[in-house]
Amino acid sequence: MNAPALNNRFIKWFDDRLPVFTFMQHELREYPTPKNLNYWWNFGSLAGICLVILIATGVVLAMQYTPHVDLAFNSVERIMRDVNYGWLLRYAHMNGGSMFFAVVYIHVFRGLYYGSYKSPREVLWWLGIIILLLMMATAFMGYVLPWGQMSFWAATVITNLFSAIPLVGDPVVTWLWGGYSVDNPTLNRFYSFHYLLPFVIIGAVVLHLVALHRHGSSNPLGIERKGPQDSIPFHPYYTVKDLYGLGVFMIVYMAIVFFAPNLLGESINYVPANPLVTPPHIVPEWYFLPYYAILRSIPDKLLGVIAMFASILILFVLPWLDTSRVRSARFRPIYKWLFWLFLIDCAVLGWVGANPPAGAFLVYGRLATAYYFLHFLIIMPVLGKIERTRPLPDSISAPVLGRGNA
Amino acid sequence: MRAGLMISTLALGLGLASAAAAMEQPAMKHIDWSFNGVFGTFDRAAQQRGYQVYSQVCTACHSMSLLYYRDLSGIGLGDGAIKEIAAGVEVTDGPNAEGEMYQRPGRPSDHFKAPFPNENASRAANNGAYPPDLSLIIKARDGGADYVYSLLTGFTDPPPADVKLMPGMNYNAAFPGHQIAMAPPLADGSVEFADGTPSTVDQMARDVTTFLAWASEPELEVRKRLGIKVILFLIVMTGMLYAVKRKVWSRIH
Repeated sequence: MNAPALNNRFIKWFDDRLPVFTFMQHELREYPTPKNLNYWWNFGSLAGICLVILIATGVVLAMQYTPHVDLAFNSVERIMRDVNYGWLLRYAHMNGGSMFFAVVYIHVFRGLYYGSYKSPREVLWWLGIIILLLMMATAFMGYVLPWGQMSFWAATVITNLFSAIPLVGDPVVTWLWGGYSVDNPTLNRFYSFHYLLPFVIIGAVVLHLVALHRHGSSNPLGIERKGPQDSIPFHPYYTVKDLYGLGVFMIVYMAIVFFAPNLLGESINYVPANPLVTPPHIVPEWYFLPYYAILRSIPDKLLGVIAMFASILILFVLPWLDTSRVRSARFRPIYKWLFWLFLIDCAVLGWVGANPPAGAFLVYGRLATAYYFLHFLIIMPVLGKIERTRPLPDSISAPVLGRGNA
Repeated sequence: MRAGLMISTLALGLGLASAAAAMEQPAMKHIDWSFNGVFGTFDRAAQQRGYQVYSQVCTACHSMSLLYYRDLSGIGLGDGAIKEIAAGVEVTDGPNAEGEMYQRPGRPSDHFKAPFPNENASRAANNGAYPPDLSLIIKARDGGADYVYSLLTGFTDPPPADVKLMPGMNYNAAFPGHQIAMAPPLADGSVEFADGTPSTVDQMARDVTTFLAWASEPELEVRKRLGIKVILFLIVMTGMLYAVKRKVWSRIH
């Protein structure tokens, strides 16, 4: 309670009735944070900022967009051509989605490397996976809105996946479409959900933060804090560090928005949707390519769909599949290398997903898919038992002070 | 049934894709366009010559439905010239007070007039093929401006000896599959440039591609100019934030 603002009489009066100032004081200023977080810990706050940018640009775009099969494509072009700085809003939104996924994937892989998902942070990890799933649904439906060729055909291919469900598959797909093909009712409901889900994501993010603040951040050493000497207040140390990271991030993001806004997109999505013409090569956005590769590497449709969903859902049980008691890969000499192998495996899946599943790509895709699940189901449980980990430091302060830097 | 549709959609898509992969790579010529790069701008003279090619050649078959005549200020035309161009077409307006549709001269606020009233009329006049709208053609094709330039200059007649063309098709080195319904649109001297530039096929292809690139991305110059300012600002701000970060953290280290 030493913040100057709380000496103001009105603020004291208000805070006594609704303790928002106390809350900010505890959770944003004093909030004790490990003193040794590296720059990989910047990506959580960056993800939050991406979400805010996407909602802000999206709300304004929604004022100009028309969700109708005959008007959607041209309404997007009207935004690009006739709305003041509409091109900036749309390119910031479109590439903002890609940046959000890039940031979140780095955030997830940071968690994998440093074992952030382990006790007592399993529920924090679960909430992160739920956010990722919500993001995927939101991004997929958002990609349909411009109603270009890839919008339409991606919607057709992905919604058709649900027809693999035994017995009720076809009725489920009809129900999702609101008709017998991807058409105006589909576009309307996707627009509605695309507007709704980001706010559901906000709810999940709030819970993610509540769970985070229960035990605080993990840290690169993967050992719990032993006392106040291991922590520093969030403000000003991490606020300024996060702001610096935000500056670097914005340089990359804005360079894409202003100088290569269509780099990550498919050119054919500037052709209006045409249900009678199938594009020669249907591919999803880059952030879905690994899952697409897993889907297509399995010859059976139902099993392919199950494997695709399992590739994410398996993360829910990772805290128990990983039997090692050491969190950070810094002290796990074998896991450290297997982490990078797993990362390469995901990159290979992405590369395979961007190519037709024929010839060598089919083989690569199957091998990479097999390794993906092998990593979680066999390597993680067994490695935790047999790996000889390096000795952990006594406390966060000991090595930090010893080395003279973080 | 729907499972079948999905699988056949995938199979068709993948089949075509692998067939395309098996074919020889289309020949792509790389041009050092004035609008490439961070500082790129459109060459105004090339844009205006390109508009001349578009309005005298392309517009016979291709629509450009997203552009207004007023947009032509973006290629450096003045208000008077734009009004004159717009007034040169008859557009249907109405209904008037009597409920009748009527013809009137175009205004700058009108969209570019399409050569055909609808897709069917367009196909009927073009041997069944549908000439695509050109508003976004540079953004809507892999390879962008290089592809369109390569296409316009990629016709060979007669075709290579080992190629059997289907009736009404033309051989084009840049077109996927090499058989295109469009006849070679440009021949040396097709248009007489107002600025006296010799109208070779290569010159016309470069100029009309520049015009089409502008039509696809009319915001390009504003975007890149603003982008430079934004990036410079961010670099300065990020540098300052880094200095503040160092200062604040020096209390800990």
